[in-house]
Amino acid sequence: MLARFEIAGRSHTQQMLPMVHGLMAEASLSFAQLDGFVCGIGPGSFAGVRIGVGFVKGLALSLDRPVVGISSLTMLAQAALDEGALRVIASIDARMNEIYVGAFEADASGLCRSMGPLRVMPPDQFREDAAGPWHAVGTGWGTYETTMRQGVTGDVLHVDGAALPRAQAALKLALPEFAAGRTLAADDLAPLYLRDKVALTLEEQVQLRASRN
Amino acid sequence: MPFRKPPLESAARRPETVRMPVLGIETSCDETACAVYDATRGLLAHRLHSQVDLHARYGGVVPELASRDHVARIAPLVRETLAASGIGFGDLDGIAYTAGPGLIGALMVGAAVAAGIASAHGLPLIPVHHMEGHLLAPMLETPAPQFPFTALLVSGGHTMLIAVEGLGRYELLGESLDDAVGEAFDKTAKLLGLPYPGGPHLARLAERGQPDVFRFPRPMTDRPGLDFSFSGLKTAVLVALPRAEGEQARADLARGFEEAVTDTLVIKCGRALVQTGHRTLIVAGGVGANLRLRAKLRALAADKGFTAFFPRAEFCTDNAAMIACAGSARLIEGRKPDGPLFTTPRWPLADLRAPGVAA
Ligand SMILES: Nc1ncnc2c1ncn2[C@@H]1O[C@H](COP(=O)(O)OP(=O)(O)OP(=O)(O)O)[C@@H](O)[C@H]1O
Repeated sequence: MLARFEIAGRSHTQQMLPMVHGLMAEASLSFAQLDGFVCGIGPGSFAGVRIGVGFVKGLALSLDRPVVGISSLTMLAQAALDEGALRVIASIDARMNEIYVGAFEADASGLCRSMGPLRVMPPDQFREDAAGPWHAVGTGWGTYETTMRQGVTGDVLHVDGAALPRAQAALKLALPEFAAGRTLAADDLAPLYLRDKVALTLEEQVQLRASRN
Repeated sequence: MPFRKPPLESAARRPETVRMPVLGIETSCDETACAVYDATRGLLAHRLHSQVDLHARYGGVVPELASRDHVARIAPLVRETLAASGIGFGDLDGIAYTAGPGLIGALMVGAAVAAGIASAHGLPLIPVHHMEGHLLAPMLETPAPQFPFTALLVSGGHTMLIAVEGLGRYELLGESLDDAVGEAFDKTAKLLGLPYPGGPHLARLAERGQPDVFRFPRPMTDRPGLDFSFSGLKTAVLVALPRAEGEQARADLARGFEEAVTDTLVIKCGRALVQTGHRTLIVAGGVGANLRLRAKLRALAADKGFTAFFPRAEFCTDNAAMIACAGSARLIEGRKPDGPLFTTPRWPLADLRAPGVAA
């Protein structure tokens, strides 16, 4: 397996194409030789996720290949399981005083399985009552460890607040999906935003103004 | 570094005639659009999905929602367009996309998809200037206008008069110092309680109005120069609004506004043609769909002996046909899709050069 990783901040537009083309050159492969594509779908930076999803849509659509989308929280959790964790709370700082969060455990084959819905919420509303012990990973923990610990009933053994999602983990999770035929067409690959309220309708704007007066 | 296609492959696929089909993708604002244009056969297919209904509830374009809708719609739209064009991805010679100006997040969606297709098939990626697309939209019609010409570009975000000497040779003659003319239409329509985007609604209401009940200023026509200003007109409408009680008065106000705006545009177009000496005026951008503007410009053309050229209404507003067309004209500037993905929210039209000429 060949992999590349870079913390791009706002510069995915600068880095993504040289990185992907460089990786393909290193592997001596053309895109047409690939049987399918795996794509990170977030949650995370809306624009960043869309750049990846858009690019993979273009590839898969024009080559008529299947796609598997993997969430960033699942990628984080899988990496922790691979390092020996049994149960993982993965969380990403969602800005605006919120976190993206999900709880995961390993299935019989060591692959990450989510224990409940992936959510966005203020860190002080986070509660996890399932039994631990937990490994805690991701930037949500990096920013809000003290607050988030208060929401967890079981033991939190280990915290890695700097962990970031990696494509290797996505590939590991996706291969069985391809094998089982649980794939998407390019049309159906969609970002996982979790945060869906991004603007107020005219009606809501009126109500908000009224409530302020 | 210009992109060169392996000669063997293209020769094998193109035995006789030179066909260079280019796929164009447009996602700069609130329309998702896709088209295939061929240098020899012209426009092969085009499709568009308008987000107007999506944004109407919010009273204007919400950039994040626009980006979300683009990413949801683009793949089936590209597939449909290509099917309608009768060619496959492997037959394309380039992938053009709107690189700017526009909403940056929305632009990135089209750019990323274009890069995916270009990467998959080893095709050049051609960044297109949205306003150059508008400028070249009349080229989609037969007969197409000949260079040089003077262009009036009037849309939701732009009001410009441009001297077009040739492809990529644009001189800005004048522009709006504040609101774009489409924006003025939309804001006035909003004041009248019309749905978003208000331009076409206002135009419809104005049809039932009397021209001289409300008399608004023709901003900046009393002094030389080709710049525009429309924000004062909006204020004048606001002041007049209390007098527009009842359906007829509202129609009269709409008519008065439309007369003022179109007169202003027509006066400046006349001046611009005198300044450039061109014999052809082309009108592009969404407000170019306005029938009163068209009628007045045709009358001016008949009077002064020049030709007024209007693309059909669907090529006035945002569309991908114009992007594929401009992309085809700039095919030699296509780049290998392994570099930075170029998008820019701002991009002065005057920065463009003729294809292949370095800036
Ligand atoms: N018949 C009409 N009369 C007046 N204005 C109109 C008419 N039809 C459309 N418009 C206006 O045209 C504008 C939309 O044009 P277009 O789609 O070209 O521009 P845009 O995407 O808003 O801006 P830009 O292309 O500058 O980024 C809107 O402001 C709309 O109200």
